[in-house]
Amino acid sequence: MRNLISALDLERSEYEELFELADRYIEQLSKKKRLDKLNGKIIALAFFEPSTRTALSFASATLRLGGKVIGFSSEDAISIAKGESLADTIRMLDSYADCIVIRHRYDGSARFASEISGKPIVNAGDGKHEHPTQAILDLYTVRKIFGYVDNLVFGVLGDLRYARVVNSLLRALTRFKPRRVYLISPPQLRARREILDGLNYPYVEISDPRDALSSLDVLYVTRVQRERFPDDLEYRRVRQSYRVDPELVSMMSRDSIVLHPLPRVDEVDREVDKYPQARYFEQASYGVPVRMAVLSRVLGVA
Amino acid sequence: MSGASELIVKRIRDGSVIDHIPAGRSLLVLKILGIKGDEGYRVALVMNVESRKIGRKDILKIEGRYISDSEASMITLIAPEATLNIVKNYRVVHKVRLKPPSMVRGIVKCPNSMCVSNNDPEAQPVFTLEKTDSREPSFRCIYCETRLTGSDALTELYG
Ligand SMILES: [Zn+2]
Repeated sequence: MRNLISALDLERSEYEELFELADRYIEQLSKKKRLDKLNGKIIALAFFEPSTRTALSFASATLRLGGKVIGFSSEDAISIAKGESLADTIRMLDSYADCIVIRHRYDGSARFASEISGKPIVNAGDGKHEHPTQAILDLYTVRKIFGYVDNLVFGVLGDLRYARVVNSLLRALTRFKPRRVYLISPPQLRARREILDGLNYPYVEISDPRDALSSLDVLYVTRVQRERFPDDLEYRRVRQSYRVDPELVSMMSRDSIVLHPLPRVDEVDREVDKYPQARYFEQASYGVPVRMAVLSRVLGVA
Repeated sequence: MSGASELIVKRIRDGSVIDHIPAGRSLLVLKILGIKGDEGYRVALVMNVESRKIGRKDILKIEGRYISDSEASMITLIAPEATLNIVKNYRVVHKVRLKPPSMVRGIVKCPNSMCVSNNDPEAQPVFTLEKTDSREPSFRCIYCETRLTGSDALTELYG
C-alpha cells in the first residue's frame, strides 16, 4: 500500500494486517510503551475542509508513533488557497513532509493529489466520494466486538447518496463476506449506482428501518443533512423517521450493535447511549490506533 | 458507403471516411477529432441519409488526412457504431468498426460539477472504459468515479 485513496485499494489480507497492527498498538499504548516507528518522519495534515475529529486523530496517531505533524485546517487553508491551486499546495507539502493526509471538498481530490505528489497520500475525505480510514475503523470495531466481519447482517441507515463514509464502508465490505446488507434510506438518498454496481454481496434497499432492525447485527447510522432537501417540511419528516431512538433500538437483538462515525447531531437519540447496543463511543476510541496502523503501513515502517 | 451519399458527394481520392454516424452528429464528430476547418483539408459532410443499419445516418469524408484507429475510437462516445475507412487512390485500404477507447482524456468534462477535474486548473478530465456494450459504451471518471455515458457526452459537446 502506497496511497490510501479508496477502500478498494486494500485487499482482505491488508485489512487484516491493519486490524492486527491496531490491536498491537492498543496493547502497547496500554502498557505506556514509547513507540518510535515514525521517528524522524513528518506528516502533513492538509485539511482544506474543517474536521476537528479526524484531523486530531491523525495528529495524535503521528505523535504516538514519535513522528511530527505540520499542516493546516480550513481557516488557514483560505489564505493558502488564495490564488493557489490545489496542485501547487500539494507540491509545497510534498517538499515539506513524508506523507500527506488530505481532506478536501472536491470529489477525487485525493487521487489528483497522488498524481502530483511522490509522497504517500492518505485520503481523509474527498467531497462525497470516499473516507477510507473511517471504513477501516468501522470494520475494526465490528471485528473487535464480534471477533469477525464475515456472516454478519449489516444495516446502513441515513444518507446513502452523499455520505462518503457509506461509500467507503460498502466498498470495504466487498473484501469480506457479509451475509446481507440492508441499505436503509428515503428514496431520494439511495446509494449511487456507481457504488452499488461494484458490490459482491447480497444487499436490499429499503425505506423503513423497522423492516430490518430485528435481523441486524450491525446498524450503521449516518446523518441526513438539511441541504439535501428542497423544503423544510420534507426534511423534518425524513429526519424524524430515520432518527434512532430507544423505540427502534429495542427492536434490535440484544447482542447487535449501533455504530456512528460521529459527530452526531440528533440522528441518534442521547437516550440510546445507555443501551448495550450503543458502541459508537468505543468505535471512536479506535480512531487513533487504526490511523497509527494506516500511517505506519503507507510509510512502510510496519 | 451507400449509393445515396455518392450522389451528393464524390468519392475521395486519399483520406478518411467515417460512416454510420447517428444522424445529425457529424459536426460533433468533427469537434471530437479536433477538425475546425481552417486546417485546409477538404471535408465533406453528408447528413441525414438513409441507412439500412441505423435508420438515418451521417457520413464524414476528410480528404488528405489519414485518421488512426485510436484517434477515431474517441468518436464512439457519441457514435458507437461508426466505421472508419481509409482510402488511398480511390480504394478502401483499411476498414474497421470502431472500438471504444480504453481511456478518454480531455475531450469532455466530468458531469459532476464537484469533481476535482472541473475545479483545479491543472486537473484534466480523464475517463476509463467501464462497459463495452456496443449500443452505448460507458466510461468512468478516474477521479470522482462518476459515470459518463454517450448522452452526457452529447450534452457536454452541444453545450
Ligand atoms: Zn469526475
